[in-house]
Amino acid sequence: MKPSDPGINWLEEKPLGLAERLYLPLFLQGLTTTARHMVSPKLTVNYPETRPTVGNPLIYRGVHRLNRDEEGRVKCVACFLCATACPAHCIDIVATESPWPDREKYPESFQIDELRCIFCGMCEEACPVDAIELTSLLDLTGKSREEMIFDKEKLLSVYDMTKDSEPMKSAELGGTL
Amino acid sequence: MPVVIVDGQEIEIGADERLNCIEAARRAGKEIPHYCWHPGLSVVASCRMCLIETGQRDAATGKVSMVPKLVPGCQTPVKDGTVIVTESDLVKESRARVEEALLIDHPIDCPICDKAGECLLQDYHFEHGQAERRADLHAFTSRRRDVGPTVTLFVDRCIMCTRCVRFTREVSGEAELMVTSRGAKEEIDVFPGFPLDNKLAGNVVDLCPVGALGDKDFLYQQRVWFLKREANVCGGCAAGCSIHTEHNQDTVYRIKPRENMHVNKWWICDEGRYGWHHLHDPARLLEAGRRELTTSRHATPEFKAVEWSDVVTRLRDDLKAAGRLAVAVSPMLTVEEAWMLCAVARSIDPQAYLAVGHVPSTAADETFPGGFTIRGEKCPNRLGVAGVIALFDAAVHTWTDLVAHVREGHADAAWITAGYPTDPTSTPWIDAETAAAFAELKCLVVQDLFDSPLAKHATWRLPAAGFAERAGTWVNVAHRAQSFDKAIRAPAGVWPEGRLFWNMLGRRGLYDAVAVRHQIAESSATFAALAGEMPATGVDLRLQQLAST
Repeated sequence: MKPSDPGINWLEEKPLGLAERLYLPLFLQGLTTTARHMVSPKLTVNYPETRPTVGNPLIYRGVHRLNRDEEGRVKCVACFLCATACPAHCIDIVATESPWPDREKYPESFQIDELRCIFCGMCEEACPVDAIELTSLLDLTGKSREEMIFDKEKLLSVYDMTKDSEPMKSAELGGTL
Repeated sequence: MPVVIVDGQEIEIGADERLNCIEAARRAGKEIPHYCWHPGLSVVASCRMCLIETGQRDAATGKVSMVPKLVPGCQTPVKDGTVIVTESDLVKESRARVEEALLIDHPIDCPICDKAGECLLQDYHFEHGQAERRADLHAFTSRRRDVGPTVTLFVDRCIMCTRCVRFTREVSGEAELMVTSRGAKEEIDVFPGFPLDNKLAGNVVDLCPVGALGDKDFLYQQRVWFLKREANVCGGCAAGCSIHTEHNQDTVYRIKPRENMHVNKWWICDEGRYGWHHLHDPARLLEAGRRELTTSRHATPEFKAVEWSDVVTRLRDDLKAAGRLAVAVSPMLTVEEAWMLCAVARSIDPQAYLAVGHVPSTAADETFPGGFTIRGEKCPNRLGVAGVIALFDAAVHTWTDLVAHVREGHADAAWITAGYPTDPTSTPWIDAETAAAFAELKCLVVQDLFDSPLAKHATWRLPAAGFAERAGTWVNVAHRAQSFDKAIRAPAGVWPEGRLFWNMLGRRGLYDAVAVRHQIAESSATFAALAGEMPATGVDLRLQQLAST
């Protein structure tokens, strides 16, 4: 975009008024903010003794999970859209024919490198069947790099762990299915 | 010259050209969407996607009279004064209606459909369709049935363009596919007990504009948008079909035909289509090895790995020390590689015996009703290699001559380049009896993709490159030379032949096939046509030779 582009609305800086030039009113305004924070409730917590509160767990972007369908099977159809959308290239899928008659394709292996992931949530956004979701689990630790590569079983176990506290996206919550 | 008016733009066409509206519009840079029409098949005008407005301009008065109805562009030939309108509201409306009708019956399972990303239904709907569906039908799973050993049919994704049916009737000639039922219940099927099993069957998958026909070999292996394609030439037989090698991260996933009206038109055979699996065979030779002198010659070969930088010098020393050299220049090598090999051989032994390597062949050429021919000669470059040897020698010897030459004891050392895609499960290209002729040599160099009876007698066993890993030029059975670059890198530890010969000639830097090609073109009348930029469809060497005489 060039400076001459008609889409740009150029604003002129206003000349300083008397209050600005006197400096004192602005000084007091700043000091008021400082004073207000001195008396307001504290936001910092003593992690990990105290757990931080997550505002809305449904929109928080923490550890991934792979959802299950009503029959307990992995919901993913191995379409690779999450792997395509992923800017960090941390999703690795091997697709194969599904063993079930009502499904054509499913992931034989599904791996997410949590160390490489930047938790942008693009995979969740791209998924056409709401199979991959980000949970509100925020303390992601491990002792080795291998441990941080989550395979299908581990991602499904994250679902089993969080399915009660964080329901799968319904249509009201913006889900597709 | 006849003049056609496409959206107000006047274009000239050849006086004796027979074009339809789609082809004429394409000349003017306008793409008329179409499903059922294919330049290689008969016209049925059944999909109605190419409906356009046409008219005729009166040559005397210049007055244009339009046809009141829309007409299918594929079925309407153009002549002098034909007026084509491809962008009117009426045409656009018609296209949107066709798209809507097609999608009523379509499962829209794009996320799990292998065609997604190269699907005409997706592309045309994006460009010509309407944003909303008025019929609120629920998506359903596509029924699937096998129609042959290599092809599977997703019945509900089909849009009934019948390209596949016409292909099996007109090009492959077996007519296995047919349309069953009528109207909205129309389906593609095979006759009971006659599966789609011919040598060109894979082409129906390429022809299918949607995801109805799937290739079992490629099914669910990779999404198409991850694939990169390189214009290559098939090494399966002497026809030298133009292909696209589609790969990702140095792994080939599929081979697709590349249009070349001089060679293969739009088709390739299944042998070529699935003939890339040997590239990733775990049994491939992956390191250069030299037999240790301490082991006996007839014991099981025990090769010790040698660094490639050492191979360059030690191979030359070994061959020089042995004496009289005989070289088999494999017809799997490119012209550039063959030329460098001959130059290397002659620099080691100025009297080196040069012969065209083993030419694998099956019974006879096989021609299909559509004109496509599978050659019986199963190597891509016999003519090119023979042409190169003719530059060095008066007589071009054959593989049989070379074996006799070695048997009679005229050679002390032999350098056999092979690179035949005969993996260990199939019959090796050389039998033990022929291989025994090379047993008594002082030094035998075997350069091959896989282990063979010949390698049992080898002093040096070097790995070769597969067809997609080579760069250079192949000359097919009709003297058409096609140049190509490598599609994937050779596996770790393998130097393609070109790189080894380049280094043995003492040339600096990376192997540059184009530089070698220019050098060959300058120095010989046979290959003069290889000078300069090569067209993607190749050049005919004979035409150039006729012109120069």
